[in-house]
This record gives sequence, C-alpha cells and structure tokens, in this order.
Amino acid sequence: MLLNQFLLLAAILFSIGVYGVIVRRNGVLVLMSIELILNAVNINLVAFSTFHGLDGQVFALFVIAVAAAEVGVGLAIVLLIYRNRRSVDIDELDELKG
Amino acid sequence: MNAFASLLAEQTFDTPANVAFGIVAVLMIIAALRVVTTDNVVHAALWLVVVLGGAGINYLLLQAEFVGITQILVYLGAVIVLFLFGIMLTRAPLGKSDDLDNNQRPLGVIVGVITVAVISFALVSTWGDDKLTFEAYDGPMAQAGNNRTQALANEVFGPQLIPFEVLGVMLTGALIGAIVLARRD
Repeated sequence: MLLNQFLLLAAILFSIGVYGVIVRRNGVLVLMSIELILNAVNINLVAFSTFHGLDGQVFALFVIAVAAAEVGVGLAIVLLIYRNRRSVDIDELDELKG
Repeated sequence: MNAFASLLAEQTFDTPANVAFGIVAVLMIIAALRVVTTDNVVHAALWLVVVLGGAGINYLLLQAEFVGITQILVYLGAVIVLFLFGIMLTRAPLGKSDDLDNNQRPLGVIVGVITVAVISFALVSTWGDDKLTFEAYDGPMAQAGNNRTQALANEVFGPQLIPFEVLGVMLTGALIGAIVLARRD
C-alpha cells in the first residue's frame, strides 16, 4: 500500500470539512464538519506513524480525546445559544461584529 | 490524474488490502459529501457514522488496531450519541429543511477545491509512490510477536505519561465546563 493513498483521502475529507464549516448555518452541523477535519488529521497521523514510530498513534489518541471534549463543550455552548435565542443559526450571532 | 491513480493505488493493486481501502475510501468520500450537503440534520449525523467507521477501518489497514478500536468506541459510541442528543435538544427540524446552508456556497466550493488541489499537489510531489513500510513496527515489537498494542501502551505510559495526565485533567475540566454551561439555574 502507498502512503499517499491515505494522505490523499485525508486531504479530501479535510477539504469537505472546510466546505461544511464555511457553508453550514446550524451549529451542530458545523461541529460535525469539524469532526471531519479532525478525523482527516488523525488518518494522517496514523499513516505517518508507520514511518516514524508510535508517536503518531499516541497523538491520534490524544486528538480523539480532545475531539470528544470539544464536542461536549461545543454542544453545551450550542444548547446555551439555543436556550437564549430559540435558534442555533450561527449566522445570527453577530454581536461581536464591529 | 496522478492523484486519483495514487488514491486507487493502481500500481500496487495486488493485495486485498488495497481493494478494501478503495471501497472504504469511496464510501467515506460519498458519506462525507452527504454530511455537508444533506438537508436533514439527523441524516447528517448518520452519514457521519459511515465516515468515522471508515476511518476506523483505515486504522486497521494501517495496523494500528488500538487506535481503530478506540475510534469506534469513542466516536461511534459516544460522540455520535452526543450529536444526536444535541440535535434533539436544540429541536432541529427532523424532516427536510431548506435553510441549513447560508449563501456562501460558491465561496465554499472554491475554497474546498483549492484546498484539496494544493494539498494533493504537495503530497504527490513530496511522497509520490512511497510505499508503507511499517518499519516503525519492526524492531522490538517484531521480536516480541504481534504486540503492537503493548508497544503503544508502553509509549503512552512511558515517555508520554505527563501529556497523558494533562489530557485527563483537560477532559475533566472540559466536562465540568460543559455541565456548568448547559446547566439550567
């Protein structure tokens, strides 16, 4: 198997995730797109770990744990936004706009 | 074209692993596209299951069994359930809805295509036809037999112990923070 086949798959997943972050309005869907990006990074890390030792796999485990924490906090924030505004449309969250 | 040839690995299309990878990769790309384009929030979460499971299969193909099992346990077992809870608690529309995308779709397509083009060019020109060697799994692990999970445990609880403990503290802090944020008072 080639190294590049995993890296190119990860690149495509990453770009799809970037597209989702740009285009989606629902906060939960944006979080799902961020999960796509993090998984692309994880595939890269594990693929490189076949060359450079097990550090890549350890780091992938760390990314999985951080992603789980990120989803927990992110969904709590989305819930708070929903409770305050009755909507999870992140395009309406422009109070910080100058 | 070189990029697609590498993705399907025609050069080394002689092992079942490559066939499995090709099927899983196509499924993952289709499912990822459905995640970002479907107009049903619940369907997006369920397509995400396919992508995450495919990533787990990729880890198995890369002989990283522990990471693959962790992926399936944590993502499919916990994160997807969290997402479904989030969808239900925010009373997202369960059927089709037309307003899930904003008006930046052309910009998103342009950015996505440019990103994948630049990354693919860099990857193909850097690694070209490099084969996976699994040389990291040789040495002590090869002598000890098929003990890659044990080697990973030795790595986590050896040189990486302090980052691991910091990660535990961070998870605790994040979960307490999530409870404080979501609590109704």
